[in-house]
Amino acid sequence: MTSNIVEIDNLSFGYNGRVLHKGINMAFPKGKVVAIMGGSGSGKTTLLRLIGGQVKPTKGEVRVNGQVVHEQSRDGIYQLRRSMGMLFQHGALFTDLSVFDNVAFPMRELTDLPESMIRDLVLLKLNAVGLRGAYKFMPTELSGGMARRVALARAVALDPSIIMYDEPFAGLDPISMGVICGLIRSLNDALGATSIIVSHDVKETFLIADYVYFVANGEVAAEGTPEDLMQSTLPFVHQFVHGEKDGPVPFHYAAPDYRAQLLG
Amino acid sequence: MINIIVNMVSRLLRGIGSRMIARVWRLGAGTRLFMLAIVYSGESFRRFHLTLREVYFTGVMSLLIIIVSAFFVGMVLALQGYNTLQKYGSSEAIGVLVALALVRELGPVVTALLFAGRAGTAITAEIGLMKTTEQLSAMEMMAVNPIARVVAPRFWAGVISMPILAALFSMVGVLGGYLVAVPLIGVDDGAFWSQMQANVDVRADIINGVIKSVVFGVACTMIALFEGFDAPPTAEGVSHATTRTVVISSLTVLGLDFVLTSFMLVV
Amino acid sequence: MDRTKIDLWVGVFVALGAAALLGLAMKVGNLTSSKIGDTYSVSASFENIGGLKPNAPVKSAGVVVGRVADISFDSKTYEAVVTIKIDKRYQFPKDTFANIYTAGLLGEQYIGLEAGGEDDVLKTGDKISQTQDAIVLEKMISQFLYNKASETDKEKSAAPATSEPAKEKSTELGDAPF
Ligand SMILES: Nc1ncnc2c1ncn2[C@@H]1O[C@H](COP(=O)(O)OP(=O)(O)OP(=O)(O)O)[C@@H](O)[C@H]1O
Ligand SMILES: [Mg+2]
Repeated sequence: MTSNIVEIDNLSFGYNGRVLHKGINMAFPKGKVVAIMGGSGSGKTTLLRLIGGQVKPTKGEVRVNGQVVHEQSRDGIYQLRRSMGMLFQHGALFTDLSVFDNVAFPMRELTDLPESMIRDLVLLKLNAVGLRGAYKFMPTELSGGMARRVALARAVALDPSIIMYDEPFAGLDPISMGVICGLIRSLNDALGATSIIVSHDVKETFLIADYVYFVANGEVAAEGTPEDLMQSTLPFVHQFVHGEKDGPVPFHYAAPDYRAQLLG
Repeated sequence: MINIIVNMVSRLLRGIGSRMIARVWRLGAGTRLFMLAIVYSGESFRRFHLTLREVYFTGVMSLLIIIVSAFFVGMVLALQGYNTLQKYGSSEAIGVLVALALVRELGPVVTALLFAGRAGTAITAEIGLMKTTEQLSAMEMMAVNPIARVVAPRFWAGVISMPILAALFSMVGVLGGYLVAVPLIGVDDGAFWSQMQANVDVRADIINGVIKSVVFGVACTMIALFEGFDAPPTAEGVSHATTRTVVISSLTVLGLDFVLTSFMLVV
Repeated sequence: MDRTKIDLWVGVFVALGAAALLGLAMKVGNLTSSKIGDTYSVSASFENIGGLKPNAPVKSAGVVVGRVADISFDSKTYEAVVTIKIDKRYQFPKDTFANIYTAGLLGEQYIGLEAGGEDDVLKTGDKISQTQDAIVLEKMISQFLYNKASETDKEKSAAPATSEPAKEKSTELGDAPF
């Protein structure tokens, strides 16, 4: 048995009966950075929510540390989540708390650390994302990219063993992009954690990921190490990696014929 | 022809039925939230500053509107009361009238209505927006229970604030009535207070008023919290939820007031 | 928002609320007036107490000197037994007179004490023997109408009625046992 921290086994899921995932299998080994890539609306964020136990699969299961997530009691799920950190796609900072208090939030809620130590830890995390100077700001005073960096600091505040990043590179300038890229990798290696990255950015993702899954049409369309995928001749992977409009991945959400709809 | 009528009637009945089911569902879901808020309220007492913070936002921030309204309500009561009482030659009873009206009814009820408009809408909008911007999801993913961390402190803050606001309303209202009755109209100062004291009972009037305001506090806060929690995560959803908070709270307060009053008068 | 500032404001808020509640109880309600220091209790029997209620004032020369503590019915004498609590500061002779009066024409009823002339004073457990019942308005009116009727009968038989009814009413009331 490999040391897979998170395993997704034949998972199916859909919102209100609309099928989104059709039998997905994935494995996230300890100490690795694994990326999930796929088009917009292909259900990547939903996969993270399934791992966190916020939604229940219709079929199959997600196992974290060998425990089936959707079979856990409320307390059990909370216990599992204590070992997870998640960066939300839109940051999801607490708008009534300052930057400092946002990063301190998980420490204050889940640990009994003294306030002086919390202060040091928070400043450490903020320093890592380059925003120590902004600790007094309210979230509304931050730019989109700054907010996401604060959210990143909050996600790793308690040094979790499973870190999920939902679009960590979206809305970052090239400099912060490079820094965050390095940060994700070094955090993962320093903590011996397992990182799951959801992203569209092929270049950065391929740079830091050990393994990549492509999802399309509710299935894993391709998987492999970045090197393998770069060489892949699969039309789907080729299209995605090289950003071509025409190919097996449709740019359009399933829709009736354009001409018919316009004229109809 | 008959077909069409049957169709229309059945559609109407189905519409009413589904609305009723939706209402009953909301009532059940609201009650569940209430129970959970009670179950998970340990946190809001162990870390009392969380609750104090909410007392600040619901209670302290409502002070101004409560005091100003109470003052005017008291003054109007005195004017109207004098106008009528004076016809029967008992204008000294004006103090009794003002005090009883405020302590028994207007204090708790008007405070609750103002509370729903001032603090209730703020609670609903805040929680609705926290849901829309995934803050509640984020909290859950951090293994922090939003009911313990967000709902319970706000609930207790509302329950604490409402009786305080209602007592202030009644007292300020009486002072407003005094100002109109004694210096302005010229009712005897001593008669104003002594008649009031002879006829306002601490248990039957004042304590019952406090009991009413506690019940209203529970109802108004819980409705505001539930509407926020249940709001669809969109701008439109939150705005509808805010409106519903005011409408449902007001109707609930008036209905509960009738029930409570009839209990208190009988028992 | 600073935590100390919040604490301060909430403190002010709670203090205001407590003050308001206290004000309501003391100034608006009867918490102060119903508790008059040390008291001694005496009882008095009445044939009819009308609408007298517990907690009604006991006055002497218009000054409140006590409160009605308890009202019960004596099934032997078929009389109402009223227990009143009088402030220790006020002493009354044993032959004091207790009347039930009405404040105004329709107002609430209270007990009026009229001091007698004895040297011995009332003590706890004593009984006031000289009492006068409440005036029951319905009784008075029916009595008045009855008198009136018999009077007009007499007048009719003697001479035609000339006097105005209003005038007669006032004299009649004047004779009533107030
Ligand atoms: N709460 C929800 N209720 C109903 N449908 C939803 C909900 N959340 C997402 N969906 C639907 O599920 C699909 C996948 O959503 P998801 O957020 O997982 O996509 P994604 O892969 O993260 O896309 P993106 O790259 O744009 O973030 C979308 O088509 C969306 O319409
Ligand atoms: Mg997404």
